[in-house]
Formats: sequence, C-alpha cells, structure tokens
Amino acid sequence: MPESLLQLKNISYSYHNLQGETPALSQVSFHIDAGEFAAIVGPSGCGKSTLLSIIAGLLSPEEGTIVFHNPDGSFHYPKIGYMLQRDYLFEWRTIYQNAILGLEINHQLTPENTEYVLSLMRDYDLYKFKDQKPSELSGGMKQRAALIRTLALNPQLLLLDEPFSALDYQTRLTVSADICHIIRKSKKTALLITHDLSEAISLADRVIILSKRPATVKCEVPIHLTLSGDSPLAARNAPEFQDYFNLLWEALSDEKK
Amino acid sequence: MKKSKTRTAVELSRQEAYVRKHRQYKRRITSMRAVIFFLFLALWQFSSSAGLIDSFFFSSPIQVVLCFWELLTEKSLLMHIGITLFETLASFLLVFLAGMACATLLWYSSGFSKVAEPYLVILNSLPKSALAPLFIVWLGTGTTTIIVAGISVAIFGSIISLYTGFSQVEPEKITLIYTLGGKKRDAFLKVVLPNSVPIILSTMKVNIGLALVGVVIGEFLAARRGLGYLIIYGSQVFQMHMVITSIILLCIIAMGLYLLIQQMERRLGSHL
Repeated sequence: MPESLLQLKNISYSYHNLQGETPALSQVSFHIDAGEFAAIVGPSGCGKSTLLSIIAGLLSPEEGTIVFHNPDGSFHYPKIGYMLQRDYLFEWRTIYQNAILGLEINHQLTPENTEYVLSLMRDYDLYKFKDQKPSELSGGMKQRAALIRTLALNPQLLLLDEPFSALDYQTRLTVSADICHIIRKSKKTALLITHDLSEAISLADRVIILSKRPATVKCEVPIHLTLSGDSPLAARNAPEFQDYFNLLWEALSDEKK
Repeated sequence: MKKSKTRTAVELSRQEAYVRKHRQYKRRITSMRAVIFFLFLALWQFSSSAGLIDSFFFSSPIQVVLCFWELLTEKSLLMHIGITLFETLASFLLVFLAGMACATLLWYSSGFSKVAEPYLVILNSLPKSALAPLFIVWLGTGTTTIIVAGISVAIFGSIISLYTGFSQVEPEKITLIYTLGGKKRDAFLKVVLPNSVPIILSTMKVNIGLALVGVVIGEFLAARRGLGYLIIYGSQVFQMHMVITSIILLCIIAMGLYLLIQQMERRLGSHL
C-alpha cells in the first residue's frame, strides 16, 4: 500500500464578519494517494473552494493538520498547481508568455523549463498560437493554455477548482477529455472540484462527497469503470456509469433536503 | 473556381465601397471642424472691422497675429512659452512620479489607504488656487513656487484615480499569482501594473491639463516670466491683444501636450 501523498486530518474553517461566524468546513478528513485522480462533489456553497484554498496554502485551517508524504520521504510542502474556474490569461501577454508566467515568478526560466512548456504546447495544439493574444483563442484553447501554465512548474499535486464550469457544454466535454489525458499521461496526482456528477465519475478514480455547509466528508466512492481506458467520453458509456451516478445522486440528495 | 473568383471580386468592390464611404465620412468631419474654425475667425474679424465689437477690448485675428509677431521679435515670446512649457512638464512629471509612488504604497497597505482616504478626499476637493498665496510666502516668487502650484492642482486627484485603478484588478487574477507561488510584489508587477496601463494613461491625460492650469495660476501670482505672466501683465496695461494672443498660445500648448500623451498611448497600445 503506497503512502498517501496528502492527508487531511480534521480540518475546520470558519469565515468571520461582524454579523457572526459562518462555519465552512467541519472536521474534514481524507487522503489522496500519489498518482490518483480524486474528485470532490458537494452541494453548491458547501465550502469546496475553501477546502482547495487551504490545501493550496492560500488559507490556514483554524483546526486540523495537513500532512504531505513526499516520495523522497520528506515532509515539506509539495509543489502545488492550482487551476481556477476561469483561465485568467493576461491579455497583455502572448499565449507563450502567459504559459511561462509561473516560471518567471519563480525565477526558473531555464532552457529546459521553457523547452518543456513548448513541448506541452506542441502536444496540445497550441504551438501555432503561441505568439497570439488570449482573446484570439477559443475558450477550450484558453483553458488548455491555463493548464500548461500550471503544469510548467511541474507540480506534484494539481488542484482543479471547477476548471470547466465557464465553458459551454460541448467545449466542456472535449476540454475535460484533453485535460484528463494530459494529467493521466504526465502521471500527476489531481484533486478536482466539480458539481457535475457525470464529470466526476468519468474523470476520477475516487469521488469524495461532502455534506452541506459546514462541510464534512459524507462518503467516498471508488470508481472502477470497465470501459474507462483513457477517454472520459468513452467512460460515460460504461455499464456501471449509471449505477455510480444513482449512488452519488442519492448521497447528494440526502444533503439537499 | 470561376464562381468563387467573381465572388471575391464582388466582395472586394463592396469592401472598397465601404472603405471609400468611411474615408468620405472622416473627411467630412475634418472639413466641418475647419469650416467652424475659419467661420469663427471671419466673424470675429468682420465684427471688429465693422465696429460691431470694440477691438480695444475684444481684439481681432489680424491684431492677434500682429501682436504675436511683435511679442516674438521684441518681447522674447519664445522665452515665455519655454518657461511655461518647462514648468508644466516639470510639474506633470513630478505629479506622475509622486502619484505612482503614493498609489503603489496605498495599494500595498490597505491599512494605510484606509487611514489616508479622508485626507486625500479633503485635499482633492480643496480649491488649490487657495494654496497659492501660501506657496508664495513659503517659497518666494519664482519657478519653484509655480511648479509646486502646478503639482498641487493635479497630485491628489492623480493619487486617487491611480489607486482606484490599482484596486479594480479582479481579485482572482491576484489569487492566480499567489497560486503560482508569487508574492505581493509579483502581483503588483505582473498584474496590477500592466492591468492599469489604460487608467495610468488616462490619468496622465488629465494631469497634463491640470498641471498647465496650476502653472498658469502660479504665474498669475508669482512670476515675472511665462504666458500666465503675459496675461496678467497684458490685462493690467490694457493690452488685450497680448492677453488674447497668450490665451490662444495656451490653447495650442494644451492641445500639443494632449497629443503628445495620445501618441504615447498609441505606441504603448500597439505593444499591449
């Protein structure tokens, strides 16, 4: 049994304002194994994004601990890539300049790293557009460029905060397939937040269901699809797909009552 | 094949027609502007020559040109223009630098910006000409006082609009920098500053005009040189030709400075 890359133990977090306290997370505990693609689903506004911000180190939990077991045995914070709901590519930079933004900030603009970015752009049909401005690209291409920007830093853990929610349905399917392919191929560990059950089942190895606010882990469902392969589109045709969907739907419906 | 060729030809001529129409429209706008200008000059000259207005008070285009020539050859007009231009550009540059520095500081520290806010609002709404006598007492009469007067008119509004521009950046764009491992400094340099270029340029456009206003006020009160001085001097000796010539020169300077910034905007715009 490989050690978990990431372990959350009893994480709690509340938002404070003058009117009072709004608890967002209550005693959340789960783990993610190295190389695993996990998805978190939960009722809207249940604190999913708060959870990702805590894992990314943008917020500190009020209670609880996060433990990382790096493959080399050390416990230091791993490199985390965070993909936001929208691409937020900067219009004053070309696609290539956007993709190397993280390298620039971390002073890692070495020839190897920039070559890696260019190779990712070649793999995902963005090379031709590398000198264009974001507004000249389609929504799906922009989201792929945003993923390359995240991958450029070679993160050990990818956090995906509803990265497809701003796309139209058709683009959403193809982009999620692309991004799933990129993540699987580079053997990244990923944690996806989504409110779309089909998306979670078709992409993830395991789905973690959160309760309504204050969120806590309601149950975890490992996904084993006989048809999965590499394509989340094909996965939607797996015989087990509907059963998983119903299972998750029921777990969530309890929460919606 | 042939069909597509004729289609392109038709499309091209439609495009040509569109371009022609657009150019015509532009030409008409420009010529309308020129017509109004010359009509005004003609009306002014006519009323003055026909005695409808007293040219002693209202001057006339011909007298303005004569006065311009006289000032140029006998009263070192170029020196006066140069002084006003220098003072305006100096206060504009200082306002720009100080405004950027203060707005950056305010952006960095939300506590500081909260503390400073009421002071900025009060100082900004204060009629700055009220400060000019103070500057004269403190700094004497001369170039420094006038540059300070120019700065005082533009600086507070400039800080407020730059700071407002800096704070209007979408917070998610700043979060993005943090998710990529950046610090507040990276957020400022990589997002806030480039995102605010349009606001910086529009603030500059306003400031160059305001600096000119401040400098002319300063020259009214505390100068022996400059176009503001010529206006005050001209009015005191009832040389209205001199006053009006100076005002027209100020118009031309204001337009020139505005065009300068606009050119800069175009240059930058092609980079962005």
